[in-house]
Amino acid sequence: MSGSTLEIKDLHVEIDGKEILKGVNLTIKGGEFHAIMGPNGTGKSTLASAIMGHPKYEVTKGQILMDGEDVLEMEVDERAKAGLFLAMQYPSEISGVTTSDFLRSSINAHREEGDEIPLMKFIKEMDDAMDYLEMDKNMSQRYLNEGFSGGEKKRNEILQLMLLKPAIGILDEIDSGLDIDALKVVSKGINKLRNENFGCLIITHYQRLLNYVKPDYVHVMMQGRVVKSGGPELVERLESEGYEWIKDELGIEDETVGK
Amino acid sequence: MSNDVFTCDYIESYSKQQQEPAWMTDFRLKAFETAETIDMPKPDKTKITRWDFDTFDHVTNNQSAKQIALNDLPEGIKKFIDIEKEQNLLILRDNVREYVHRSEDLAKQGVIVTDLQTAIKEHADLVKQYFMTDAVSVNEHKLTALHGALVNGGAFIYVPKNVIVEEPIQTIFWQDNPAQALFNHVILVAEENSEVTYVENYLASETEAKTVMNVVSEVFAKANAKISYGSVDHFAHGTTSYINRRGLAERDAKIEWALGQMNDGDTISENVTHLLGDQSVCYAKAVSVGRGDQTQNFTANIVNHGKHTDGIILQHGVMKDKATGIFHGIGKIEHGGTKANAEQESRVLMLSKHARGDANPILLIDEDDVTAGHAASVGRVDPVQLYYLMSRGISKREAERLIIHGFLAPVVNEIPIEAVRKQLTDVIEGKVY
Ligand SMILES: Nc1ncnc2c1ncn2[C@@H]1O[C@H](COP(=O)(O)OP(=O)(O)OP(=O)(O)O)[C@@H](O)[C@H]1O
Ligand SMILES: [Mg+2]
Repeated sequence: MSGSTLEIKDLHVEIDGKEILKGVNLTIKGGEFHAIMGPNGTGKSTLASAIMGHPKYEVTKGQILMDGEDVLEMEVDERAKAGLFLAMQYPSEISGVTTSDFLRSSINAHREEGDEIPLMKFIKEMDDAMDYLEMDKNMSQRYLNEGFSGGEKKRNEILQLMLLKPAIGILDEIDSGLDIDALKVVSKGINKLRNENFGCLIITHYQRLLNYVKPDYVHVMMQGRVVKSGGPELVERLESEGYEWIKDELGIEDETVGK
Repeated sequence: MSNDVFTCDYIESYSKQQQEPAWMTDFRLKAFETAETIDMPKPDKTKITRWDFDTFDHVTNNQSAKQIALNDLPEGIKKFIDIEKEQNLLILRDNVREYVHRSEDLAKQGVIVTDLQTAIKEHADLVKQYFMTDAVSVNEHKLTALHGALVNGGAFIYVPKNVIVEEPIQTIFWQDNPAQALFNHVILVAEENSEVTYVENYLASETEAKTVMNVVSEVFAKANAKISYGSVDHFAHGTTSYINRRGLAERDAKIEWALGQMNDGDTISENVTHLLGDQSVCYAKAVSVGRGDQTQNFTANIVNHGKHTDGIILQHGVMKDKATGIFHGIGKIEHGGTKANAEQESRVLMLSKHARGDANPILLIDEDDVTAGHAASVGRVDPVQLYYLMSRGISKREAERLIIHGFLAPVVNEIPIEAVRKQLTDVIEGKVY
């Protein structure tokens, strides 16, 4: 086996004292692409945020392990350096900090002090990745995500993914707000990273993205848990039949959580 | 030297020693008379009764003006200068001129760049016309009166009609002797249709010695003139400062301020611009960092007198340790200022529990047909922004650093001389960490 392994065991998470995740189990290995689907408000973003260490989310029970190391003991930046990356559903806007400066700081954060990426090399890598994602080069001189359109923000997340090359990437609704062409470009960016060392967790509502980025495993979340797992065939059934049959099968009336 | 050392005799002999004309001696004596009867300023929300405005040396350096080689300057001064380029530059060290140069072009076009003492002698009529007449007045309070009586350094910059000054004009006011007080006075006149970019640096070598700075700038933008005015103030911890920068804009004129208010001691700093002429415009942008136990009171004030005038204030401050920073933003539209616009934004970022920050927006409007708006906030570094940056591997410290520099960028990026911009960034870096 190559790459890294992310293990989530019986994860319980609260926000503002309200339990949102109620025992999530999931293992992602290098080379594997997992998709998580599920209706709105069922805990998908909560799972992604808890893995990355968002300050509002409190893990009350369970474990997250990266190659056996306790992720919950790590600061957010340490999680990133351990190989985790989260493309966020709603990336922050940071005024006064250019996208380019931010990208360079991010890359350097993954390198040893004294071994910072040479400026020319950085610019070349950034330009190449921006070309690949068909992004306007001027974006790099704009303030981070400030005034970016929804689609531009998503591309910017994938740009970071491509430059940082994490061991495990979590993509939270990377396809939302993208037009068809942008969806293809973003998918191309994700697929470029596909190899046995890269594991990926894709949170999405639509088959569209998964037609371009083929998952090996598909999971459905409801009520703060993974309630069903299967292969790519699950995507098609969800697309044509919706979620009702799963709810019927499991006797779930309200699939949301935290109400 | 303390305030009671000053007498009419002292002022007369100081004026004589500076070989000043009689009108200047008289001006000083009158101002001194006023100073003895008038009250201290009362900045809103800051009590200054116990601030030490008395302990300072008025004269320490009896040298006469000279012209040193720029390369002989200490590194700490040299780094503020884009040394490879030709400089339009004036340097005063403890109020005495060390260096002055303007390009041949400027000389040919009649642009004046000189120290105030020289200007009083060589351009008496101009100085007389602008020195504490229409902009700042001796009678405002004790500190402006004392300024008039004790002014001991400064610069005079004059741009004639229709002259566009392409390269910036820079001044460096360097306090080398720790007890030296700068009663520094800058006059900047841009005649009709002229344009000029001016950048000043106030630098101090020492930190703890007690002294006082009493700084006044008077800026005149005549019809259709454009002035861009940048500054970096960085006086030491032991220094108590009063800083007053005032602008008058005539018809179609524009004044843009970019002020880096980086003093380490107690400071009152006010920046007032009067938009007198129709269609005149002012952008008053300022950034400040407070640290240690210092208290600072900042006022950014634009008064719209003319029609279709546009006044925009932006102040961003960062407060750490036990520092206090009060930010007043005042937009005033006078009766008759129809279609005027007054906008302001004051934001304070608090880096410690013990720091105190206050953003105090005020709109005073005496006219109906106007637009105005304000935004003010006092807050901490946004934890979600920190999380976003850290999720890319950036350490908490570096993430905070990026956010703070970003917060101050709207003003730092406006500073027109690259070396000064870099120094301001370094000063911020030094103050924040
Ligand atoms: N700060 C908060 N305070 C209270 N409840 C919250 C907070 N943040 C999220 N929740 C709730 O947690 C539940 C799960 O939210 P989450 O964002 O994980 O859903 P999701 O599955 O990602 O939904 P979507 O598909 O709409 O993105 C929702 O009911 C949401 O309202
Ligand atoms: Mg979500």
